[in-house]
Amino acid sequence: MTSSCWHAEFKKLMWAYAGRRIIYAVPIAIGVTVICFGLVFLAPGDPMVNLLPPDASPADAAYLRKLYGFDQPVPVQYAKWLLRAVTGDLGTSLQTGRPVISEVGRALSNTIVISLGAVLLAFSLAFVLGTLAGYYAGRPADRALTAVSVVGVSVPNYWLGMVLIIVFSVELGVLPATGMGSAGSDTFSLFNWEQAKYAILPVITLSMVPLGIIMRNTRAAIAEVLANDFVQTLRAKGLPETMVIRHAVRNAFPQVLAVMGLQFGYLVGGSILIETIFTWPGTGFLLSKAILTRDIPVLQGAILVLAMCFVATNLAVDLLQTAIDPRIRRA
Amino acid sequence: MPIPIRKFLRAAGLALLLGTTMTAAAHAESVLRVAMTAGDIPDWTGQPDQGFEGLRFVGWSLHDSLINWDLSRSDREAVLKPGLATRWYIDEADKTKWIFELRQGVKFHDGCPWNADAAIWNIERLTNDKAPQFHPLHFARQRARSNTIVKAEKIDDYKIAIQTKAPEAMFYYSMAYWMMISKCAVEAANYDYKVYAKAPAGTGPYKFDKVVPRERLDLVKNADYWDKDRIPKHDRLVLIPMPEATTRAAALLSGQVDFIEAPSPDTIPRLRDAGMTIVTLQYPHNWTYQLNFVKGPFKDARVRHAANYAINRAEMVDMLGGVAMEGYGVFIPSQAFYGNPKKYTYDPKKAEALLREAGCYPCSITIGISTSGSGQMQPLPMNELAKAQLEAAGFKVKLEVMDWNTLLESFFRGWEKLPNVDALNVSLQVGDPVSGFVKHFTTANRGPVGLNWGWYENKEVDRLAEEAQATFDEAARTKILQRMHEIVVEDGGRVFIVHDLNPRALSPRVKGFVQAQSWFQDLTPITIAGPTN
Repeated sequence: MTSSCWHAEFKKLMWAYAGRRIIYAVPIAIGVTVICFGLVFLAPGDPMVNLLPPDASPADAAYLRKLYGFDQPVPVQYAKWLLRAVTGDLGTSLQTGRPVISEVGRALSNTIVISLGAVLLAFSLAFVLGTLAGYYAGRPADRALTAVSVVGVSVPNYWLGMVLIIVFSVELGVLPATGMGSAGSDTFSLFNWEQAKYAILPVITLSMVPLGIIMRNTRAAIAEVLANDFVQTLRAKGLPETMVIRHAVRNAFPQVLAVMGLQFGYLVGGSILIETIFTWPGTGFLLSKAILTRDIPVLQGAILVLAMCFVATNLAVDLLQTAIDPRIRRA
Repeated sequence: MPIPIRKFLRAAGLALLLGTTMTAAAHAESVLRVAMTAGDIPDWTGQPDQGFEGLRFVGWSLHDSLINWDLSRSDREAVLKPGLATRWYIDEADKTKWIFELRQGVKFHDGCPWNADAAIWNIERLTNDKAPQFHPLHFARQRARSNTIVKAEKIDDYKIAIQTKAPEAMFYYSMAYWMMISKCAVEAANYDYKVYAKAPAGTGPYKFDKVVPRERLDLVKNADYWDKDRIPKHDRLVLIPMPEATTRAAALLSGQVDFIEAPSPDTIPRLRDAGMTIVTLQYPHNWTYQLNFVKGPFKDARVRHAANYAINRAEMVDMLGGVAMEGYGVFIPSQAFYGNPKKYTYDPKKAEALLREAGCYPCSITIGISTSGSGQMQPLPMNELAKAQLEAAGFKVKLEVMDWNTLLESFFRGWEKLPNVDALNVSLQVGDPVSGFVKHFTTANRGPVGLNWGWYENKEVDRLAEEAQATFDEAARTKILQRMHEIVVEDGGRVFIVHDLNPRALSPRVKGFVQAQSWFQDLTPITIAGPTN
């Protein structure tokens, strides 16, 4: 087969695979809308309570309920919300009066800054350490490195965040304790040290759990590949160990990539604790406030957008895996 | 003798350098950065959200009310003072009509004039849903203080009349929470408050500069403010929402902010050691148990008295590291309405005897509490301690824990919403006697119509409340309210526990702050020493 034919065939397969996955994502998205709409109505608490002062009358509450459409049956509210949502209108925040889409969009972009940083940091460290642990499986180096991953998964990250703040902000005074830049996120840039330094502690804190998980998976994948017969063959043929590791890494990579994608998806959902501790105005911070004030449109909009992000991240990882691992295409 | 050219150039260079440095110093902006407990920036378009913290930091910074609060002194309770109205009085010919004489020569930050038209327009903004300036969120936030207004009328360019449904001697308190915004600015925004939010205009001591939603609100000094005593002594005020107490403390210690609200008691020694100033002062706040008077053991006055005698308030204050004071009533003792109520000093033996006499020993009760919430202080350890104290005297206490929103909803709906709960722990403001007291203890205000959650009923209290609303002489009315307070305490109208002392921590650079005995504070006298990081 010529190179151009091979490329054409590859593209065709990829498009078919991508199309199939996107079609699968549609019922998932509809399911997500039903769940995220329904769940917020199951929680106790009345959104009007946070809008009205304590001594407002029931008539005032009824007036507001009607104004915001909460007097209608839930299925009717759902249908109206879904029709608006497909056009990109997620409604208006009950608390701020601002459009939900802009609230969620800003929060999401802020969360992506630290979650992407955390995943990249975790991935680069975990991949190297996990590969070493897998290569030296069962030996003291493996046990020492595995301890690192256990610590990463076990240490409560809100506690770690506090410790980092005390050490680097309060005692050493080298990094800011809280916030997203001295002038706020409108001017936030990772390429400006004065702004970027605000992200360092949240990124480190957030990276600990994915570090542990990715490292554990990398170790297992590398150890598994190295136990295969083909590795024995490579060694028997006199291939240098660096080349053997290269083969092992290439075989283990798709599996680790899938784990990394999942971790990124989780982090984009925002960490209520980490974002609250660092006053980082991301999705976790937004959701926490929306839950406490029963800001239903924000809750519904944020959950929907985050769920869609998770679905999209998984899709992207699947496609990437397919691109780098021909076995998946064939399957 | 001519000056050598090199010497001249050196001197000129030095002068230029010094001049530049001094000019820079003269123009260095002094910035006060405040970490609030709020989870978001309070709404800055007129009627702030985030409870009283929103009014405290954004309300009277950007705006004025017809009547303002005098927050200039620590040694007495905060009282009302003229704001955008210079005088207010009842129309003797029609006691449903309050007359407000408006301050002349005041302009909004955008240059729009303050006059009767602006005042009427602002009253309609929160009362008339047909008016183009009507804002449902602003309406909702002010509703409890606007629902007795029938109409507002212009008498002349600087005088208006507000008519209420019935004579209301204490109506004017409502106008001390009503923020006035610029009619011109809202009209320029074509009545779109999202557009108005980009250039809001009040008449307050600070002007809007910029905002990063959910992160910070920057206000700058209004050098033309009409009240010359309240022109800010710093150039810029930055308000930062920071709901986590430990983060606020760390931000102060690392020099990121200058002023923090409500440090947690366990961080206070560390803050003191680092040279921070901790300020505390009594203010009209109470941390009590509201009681169910219809169902359960608290129907019996002896059980209510027993609970009050069982509480060791000194131990509670000690557990809180001294940032609370013992509470023996609804009001705090420095308030004019306090009177001379009965004092339930700690006496567990007496409490036990009362329970036995009432035939409720051990006396099983359920108390609804929240895990957190505005003004709730440290609800979990405080309720655990109160539970231990009550149980030591013969109660058997079950704490029913819920989140703040659920607790508030239960409180607003009255005891019937949670019929198995005998008491509810909702801490409240008592800054004004109507929303802080009268509405909690009168039968006309039984939940869900009003704030009388447990349906407290005392005919004498009802009669005195009506008399107070019809008494326009302030001294006479104060005496009536004192008597009401004494009766409610005598009845065991609540289990009185503590009043918060409202701790704040200030960087050593912050000078001149005067903490008022109020939920509201004036930041304008603050000066900032040294440059901002």
